[in-house]
Amino acid sequence: MGAQLRVYKRRIRSVTATKKITKAMEMIAASRVVKAQRKVAASTPYARELTRAVTAVGTGSNTKHPLTTEADSPSRAAVLLLTSDRGLAGAFNSNAIKAAEQLTERLERDGRQVDTYIVGRRGLAHYNFRERKVVESFAGFTDEPAYADAKKVAAPLIEAIEKDTAEGGVDELHIVYTEFVSMMTQTAVDSRLLPLSLEEVAQESTTKDEILPLYDFEPSAEDVLDALLPRYVESRIYNALLQSAASKHAATRRAMKSATDNAGELINTLSRLANAARQAEITQEISEIVGGASALADANAGSDN
Amino acid sequence: MAAELHVALVAADREVWSGEATLVVARTTSGDIGVMPGHQPLLGVLESGPVTIRTSDGGTVVAAVHGGFISFADNKLSLLAEVAELSDEIDVHRAERKLEQAKAEGDAHAERRADVRLRAAAGR
Repeated sequence: MGAQLRVYKRRIRSVTATKKITKAMEMIAASRVVKAQRKVAASTPYARELTRAVTAVGTGSNTKHPLTTEADSPSRAAVLLLTSDRGLAGAFNSNAIKAAEQLTERLERDGRQVDTYIVGRRGLAHYNFRERKVVESFAGFTDEPAYADAKKVAAPLIEAIEKDTAEGGVDELHIVYTEFVSMMTQTAVDSRLLPLSLEEVAQESTTKDEILPLYDFEPSAEDVLDALLPRYVESRIYNALLQSAASKHAATRRAMKSATDNAGELINTLSRLANAARQAEITQEISEIVGGASALADANAGSDN
Repeated sequence: MAAELHVALVAADREVWSGEATLVVARTTSGDIGVMPGHQPLLGVLESGPVTIRTSDGGTVVAAVHGGFISFADNKLSLLAEVAELSDEIDVHRAERKLEQAKAEGDAHAERRADVRLRAAAGR
């Protein structure tokens, strides 16, 4: 076998092995997307009922709560960025990070100091490499977040927002995550969680035309709101974590699919080149034999005479 | 036929139970409350404790809830809890073990959780 042909054969073998790996990763990601989507759907009833309850308290009473009132001059905001622990997901993480950076810039232009909280090793690595300050980071659960993880993330944020701004607390809480629109589309979005604008929440809740009844609050509207709002934040963060996980798996699936397709194409090209190399080798051999034979024949003819 | 109310017991990550019932008893921060069909609209904070649902076919469903809310309007009752378990889902031996462990470690939260589980399991 010629040297050229051997090189091609070796490259085909290595690309075939890579293709097998990416194909497997694609299929794993595909099954995880479905699982993650199911979890999003399973968490919906709780989120819906909670939103309804928050709307009911907000509209049914004139309660003022630190979590629903806007500060007169907000000076510090917290941004929670959701990324993944692992890469190989195309532009998933860089899109989320970009969205967070745009939001940070916008907030800073408005004269707010931004505290960054990060979920996922990828986002943390990005910030650490640029030596930017991260207040707190969480990792290790982005593939399959549980409600306990959302609580863990929400706890320092709620604490920060309840503190006075002068003592290191924040006035606003923003969240940046990747919304799962469909298998093919995931978009990085940012939204303000706190202070809560009740009109927006009311619009979000599915029952728009429904008139909420006058509730009897047990023990009191303030206490209910006190207990309700942290749960609401946790449930929103949980939902964002789940969506982000589903998006990450969908992005991985797509990235791995195109990697598999590319590997297939590469194998085709390399096989054609290898075939051409083999054919060239054969042609050369034949012409060498023919040339040798005719040289011999010429020599024989010469000796006969 | 007696009036009924629709009950949905929802945990953070799943719907635990839903169906028709004639009476629901739950523990709020200011005491036990019983809700029957036609109750005034209500929104309350739940304590950790067992919730008893008397279903319209005469059965009883007991569940352990760990914190959460009760909300009632239009004959629809929702019980929201971060963690909720039906009594027949509770592993009594495990809960007993946890209770022992929590007592030994002096972990009041874990002790309370295990205790609620055991009481719900006993009530089934």
